[in-house]
Amino acid sequence: MAKRIDVSDLDIYYSSFLAVQGVNVSIEPRSITALIGPSGCGKSTFLRSLNRMHEVIPGARVEGKVVIDGQDLYGAEVDPVDVRRQIGMVFQRPNPFPTMSIYDNVIAGVRLNSTRMKKSDMDDLVERSLKGANLWAEVKDRLNRPGSGLSGGQQQRLCIARAIAVEPEVLLMDEPCSALDPISTLAIEDLMTELKERFTIVIVTHNMQQAARVSTATGFFNLSGVGQPGRLVEFNPTEKIFSNPEEKATEDYISGRFG
Amino acid sequence: MTTTSAPPSSPPQRREPAAQKRKGRFGDRLFAGASTGSGILILLVLAGVAVFLISRSIPALTADTADLPNEEGLGAYIGPLIFGTLLAAVIALVVATPLAVGIALYITHYAPRRLAALMGYVMDLLAAIPSVVYGFWGIATLAPALVPFYGWLERNLGFIPLFSGPASVTGRTMLTVGLVLAVMILPIISAISREVFSQAPALHREAALALGATRWEMIRMSVLPYGKSGVIGGAMLGLGRALGETLAVAIVLSASGVVTFDLISSTNPSTIAANIALQFPESSGLNVNVLIASGLALFVITLAVNMLARWVVNRRADFSGAN
Ligand SMILES: Nc1ncnc2c1ncn2[C@@H]1O[C@H](COP(=O)(O)OP(=O)(O)OP(=O)(O)O)[C@@H](O)[C@H]1O
Ligand SMILES: [Mg+2]
Repeated sequence: MAKRIDVSDLDIYYSSFLAVQGVNVSIEPRSITALIGPSGCGKSTFLRSLNRMHEVIPGARVEGKVVIDGQDLYGAEVDPVDVRRQIGMVFQRPNPFPTMSIYDNVIAGVRLNSTRMKKSDMDDLVERSLKGANLWAEVKDRLNRPGSGLSGGQQQRLCIARAIAVEPEVLLMDEPCSALDPISTLAIEDLMTELKERFTIVIVTHNMQQAARVSTATGFFNLSGVGQPGRLVEFNPTEKIFSNPEEKATEDYISGRFG
Repeated sequence: MTTTSAPPSSPPQRREPAAQKRKGRFGDRLFAGASTGSGILILLVLAGVAVFLISRSIPALTADTADLPNEEGLGAYIGPLIFGTLLAAVIALVVATPLAVGIALYITHYAPRRLAALMGYVMDLLAAIPSVVYGFWGIATLAPALVPFYGWLERNLGFIPLFSGPASVTGRTMLTVGLVLAVMILPIISAISREVFSQAPALHREAALALGATRWEMIRMSVLPYGKSGVIGGAMLGLGRALGETLAVAIVLSASGVVTFDLISSTNPSTIAANIALQFPESSGLNVNVLIASGLALFVITLAVNMLARWVVNRRADFSGAN
């Protein structure tokens, strides 16, 4: 089931360094939201705060509110482990488990989540997930080989397969296509379009065309200066952002007149 | 490149890259030479030891059974020693490895930072204690403390051959020796495990956490597999130390040259190293050769153990994460 995400007055810190300040945004269920902005403005940081991966870093913390379908993500009684089981993540750098086979990588999350599963069901799930990530044809003959033996782009698709195998309610993707060729990129974009029928997807991308192609809404993060916190400058439907943005900074960034 | 615009005016600049290259090559050669040299040196030392052991063992190997100290043959003399050596080392390893891995995991992933630093420091201190101190601790403190426990083992678990007794009244048993050795090798294994566990890549730890792994699941999915070969390496280093440990064993163990799996009685096989240390001062002639032959056996065992460890580590090198 897809979920709605409401963020209000979110400040994100690394120890005493305020990395992202004052984010207010509502992300609709069954949509793809793209986050764009220059390097270092806090897109990854914000994304990680949506499944509590941020607090894995020593000293990192957030202030403010993230509410998912009415439930406060940072509530005292909320277990971050449960949060992450529902909100999947694909990282900027591919990170398949090097000690696991391709097969085991795909079902790693399922093994954590569920009780026993029949071998045939697992086989089906692995095939379905790998097909979903457009990797099946390339690896179907070597499912028992280590995941680290794949190319960078293949590894990233393996990570996507691993993330979608657990059927998360929200899928966070941090520049998932930055290591992919155009064909795989298109395949991932098709996949996202398909997945948005069921999940809420938030994707960070440096690729404007990609944001324009796949997303329903787009958020533009920017820095007001060196050492300043990043801010969500504009959040609007993608069409509006790319045709008639409200902010001058957004227009400059999109049209390449940035800096 | 700026040099292309005015080649005639700047000959020194033009020569520079070539000179640098030569210097780089020279550095390479120097380093290659130095490292090859040390490699060869190690092999030479090893070969020297082997030659010494073998040449001095030959008289014992070829001697008449009747001339040998025990008058029963070399095998009958060295066999129990090999057995005792392996038994003590295996007990130490079986006790120390899980403990060391637990300590290393606690220090790297559970303990608050201050406590972790303190514990690391204490573990390193343990490694710096000389073995004679461990020996005296074993005989003066540990052995007497274990006597009631051995009695209990004999009464309640006596049906297991390991604890069939009769329980030693001094506590100077094989099990005590194994425990002393375990404490001695604990710092080695835990230091190396700590090192590899703390280096498990954040990338993979985060991969596990993002899938909804608990801390322990994360450790199982990314830290332990990553650190496995390091732990095995550490265990083998520890095993090497346990096999060769002399003083602590010589002090603690009450030995009588038998072969038995009974760990809690007062009749125990000695170990090769301890036996050499105890017998050497009073030996002469052929007896010295016999002791050296036992040393040769220890040398071979240690070598075999290391090769086995290497094989274990390499067997799944594909999946080690090193690629
Ligand atoms: N682990 C960390 N510890 C301290 N500061 C960090 C850490 N990670 C990121 N930062 C800082 O937080 C700010 C935002 O970084 P973030 O990685 O979120 O940027 P980004 O928008 O994802 O950039 P990119 O497009 O290059 O991925 C930067 O100033 C960065 O230096
Ligand atoms: Mg980033």
